[in-house]
Amino acid sequence: MSTLHTVNKSPFANQTLISCLGHCKDGDAVLMIEDGVYGGLGGTGLTEIMANAAKTVELFVLSPDLNARGVDASRLMEGVQGVDYAGFVDLVAKHDRTQNWL
Amino acid sequence: MTVKNFLYVNRKAPYGTIYALESLEVVLIGAAFDQDVSLAFVDDGVFQLTKGQNTDGIGVKNFSPTFRALGDYDVTKLFVEAESLAERGLTPDDLQEVMYEDEDDDWAEKPSIKIISRAEMADVMAGADVVLSF
Repeated sequence: MSTLHTVNKSPFANQTLISCLGHCKDGDAVLMIEDGVYGGLGGTGLTEIMANAAKTVELFVLSPDLNARGVDASRLMEGVQGVDYAGFVDLVAKHDRTQNWL
Repeated sequence: MTVKNFLYVNRKAPYGTIYALESLEVVLIGAAFDQDVSLAFVDDGVFQLTKGQNTDGIGVKNFSPTFRALGDYDVTKLFVEAESLAERGLTPDDLQEVMYEDEDDDWAEKPSIKIISRAEMADVMAGADVVLSF
């Protein structure tokens, strides 16, 4: 049993992503969408926290949201994978439930 | 009908946005469908349950007493995260008392609010069939 978590807020604006990571179980996935994609950047003040999370949780960003913001995929930290909308659907289908962190 | 386990996750303080009131409305509506309902209060959501709320001065409804009516709708599991309370300088004593009558125990009055750790909250979330976030 596992959960897909979605986060749509920038982690530099509030604690939503941190709270989400604090409630993840091993084997869960976190998909960063909308302003949440900024959480996937490498070389930020959060990269260490994210790298630590990546040991037990899969990390994804929604590529169309990344592209819309002019962020090249090369800026993503190691271990964060880009998915398109079809990939989003696959993640929803793969996990037992989806929890949206608003 | 298959009974599903619904978890309503509340992470917003009560009056700055409409999320908290809307959550309570949806919980009350959902309660009519005889599902297994739990509420989680995490992060700023714990502010929803503080006692002594008085909205006379801001012209909006004080909906905090409504939590005390949830027991009548068989909504008797209000999980509050201990770490979220502590981070905000709150203790369980700062929360209002929410009771329900246990029909399986000669209608004994019991507290609906359960203070649990962050790790336990993660288990509650992982045990839900459906998670609705506010």
